[in-house]
Amino acid sequence: MGKLTNAVYEIHVLDEMAERDTGINQVHPLVKLIVTVVYITCAVSFDKYNLLGLLPFLIYPLILFELAGISIKSCIKKLKVVLPLVCFIGLFNPVFDHTPLFKIGNIIITGGIISMVTLIMKGTYALMASFLLVATTGIEKICYALKLLHLPSIIVTQILLTYRYITVLLSEANAVFQAYSLRAPRENGVKYKIWGSLIGQLLFRSMDRAGNLYDSMLLRGFQGEFYYARSQKGSGSDYVYLFSWLGIFIALRLINITGYLKVFF
Amino acid sequence: MHMADALIAPAVAGTMYAACAAAATYSVKKVRLENDMKKIPVMGVMSAFVFATQMINFSIPGTGSSGHLCGGLLLSILLGPYAGFLSMISVLVIQCLLFADGGLLALGSNIWNMAFYGCFVGYLLIYRPMVKKSMKPGRIILACVLGSIISLQLGAFSVTLETLISGITALSFGQFLMLMQPIHLAIGTLEGLITAAVVIFVNNTRPELLENYTAKNRVGFKQTLVVLSAVAVLIGGGLSLVASSNPDGLEWSIQKMTGNTEVAPESEFTGAVKAAEGIQEKTAVLPDYAFTDSDSVLGTSISGILGSALVAFICIGCAVLFKFFKKRDNSGGKL
Repeated sequence: MGKLTNAVYEIHVLDEMAERDTGINQVHPLVKLIVTVVYITCAVSFDKYNLLGLLPFLIYPLILFELAGISIKSCIKKLKVVLPLVCFIGLFNPVFDHTPLFKIGNIIITGGIISMVTLIMKGTYALMASFLLVATTGIEKICYALKLLHLPSIIVTQILLTYRYITVLLSEANAVFQAYSLRAPRENGVKYKIWGSLIGQLLFRSMDRAGNLYDSMLLRGFQGEFYYARSQKGSGSDYVYLFSWLGIFIALRLINITGYLKVFF
Repeated sequence: MHMADALIAPAVAGTMYAACAAAATYSVKKVRLENDMKKIPVMGVMSAFVFATQMINFSIPGTGSSGHLCGGLLLSILLGPYAGFLSMISVLVIQCLLFADGGLLALGSNIWNMAFYGCFVGYLLIYRPMVKKSMKPGRIILACVLGSIISLQLGAFSVTLETLISGITALSFGQFLMLMQPIHLAIGTLEGLITAAVVIFVNNTRPELLENYTAKNRVGFKQTLVVLSAVAVLIGGGLSLVASSNPDGLEWSIQKMTGNTEVAPESEFTGAVKAAEGIQEKTAVLPDYAFTDSDSVLGTSISGILGSALVAFICIGCAVLFKFFKKRDNSGGKL
């Protein structure tokens, strides 16, 4: 099944990206998490008609893609997950919002059109920032950052365990589904008569696997706490990275850079 | 139903994060109280299981199309509501980070819309009381379908509310609601049927997996109160912001008859009416559902929350008094 195989492939690709040795990958995970959250917050906080204010925010993903050596194409295909709902909601704006904002030649540009474009841009920016965070940090280090933020260890352990077992269970689900598809080639999905038994069998296997996992964790000295990433202290360059980006975001949010640039044109 | 970051304002996202943090803290406390170390890996593997099954398509009989499982209710049935909620959080975090399914900023909203309602409303308030007495297939199907439908309807309603309060869409509340609710009715039914099929299979094959959490305990007063309070705060504090400014049913009828929403003009008020109005003006803490001399929207929200809390307080007070007098009657006046 394409969907399941693709999911496993995507996880491996992101893992490989996170394990590279670029300068951005070396930045402290907590610093990258804070920068990402502040960036998304600043970007989505713009008014729905403030398209010009939003434009300079493209600088962050563009610089990071370049520094991390990641192709922007690898992120673009993820847009198909985000954009349908954003577009679905955004497409109604030109229909219901006819507030005229400005003219290009004889064409009146309404508030609805601008707010739709702004919405799509916000969605794209947020997606690129999240993608860059995962691609340059990896889930284990993000979990380490969450632990530093005092997120309860149960939640952090859950995220990590889920992440570790996703590929195993996706492969298992793929095997089960492929075996079913080969026996029922014309079915569009799993037939209702075997919904329970198909998923139930997968569930039992998972439960048994959880039992084995618990035994092996006990043998390795598990006492409720899960150790997963080496502790990493923040260096001077981490602070420079953090405060530089925060300064840029706040400046871009408060100062209308595009407005000043218009003077030159 | 996964919301992207673009669909939510930072203030709304922060509020939803705070609400989820409260629910997660309570759940962590409950799971820790169980002191069952074996549960930790089971929760992790079950989250991965739900994640994997979400990717399997199930054909919908008679339509030619297919749908998939969401898993909040199933996780709660297998692990209990608190562990189920925490497991759903990890599923949603992984979906957000690895597959861009839902935004980082909107994560709080997504946890609330998809995990909270499924685990605490769908399971705790609907499924568990319904299968308390027996685990017959018909009862399981009804409980799962009802639990899923109500959870998804509440989730879809919250998406509508959060998007509208964020000022993202030009759609009106009614139009947006009409786009969201019917489709989630169909999704909820399918989700309920798939969950029921799995639960029936597990109950027939390895019932010990379900025994710990079903047909065991009644839903406690405290639990019910916490869930209802959370829903009341969301509706009272959030929904009140998009309440219609049009006259209500009674005012509309009066307006049709007299041309005004008031029964009589102010000049015709008798002394008693004027005195009563004066007292009301002096005593009203939040006149016209707002702060005095302020147009702040915060006043509307505070009015909604305060009103809900006051009504709950009066109802609980009445119930306690009723119980007290009933007890006294049963003991022949002796306490």
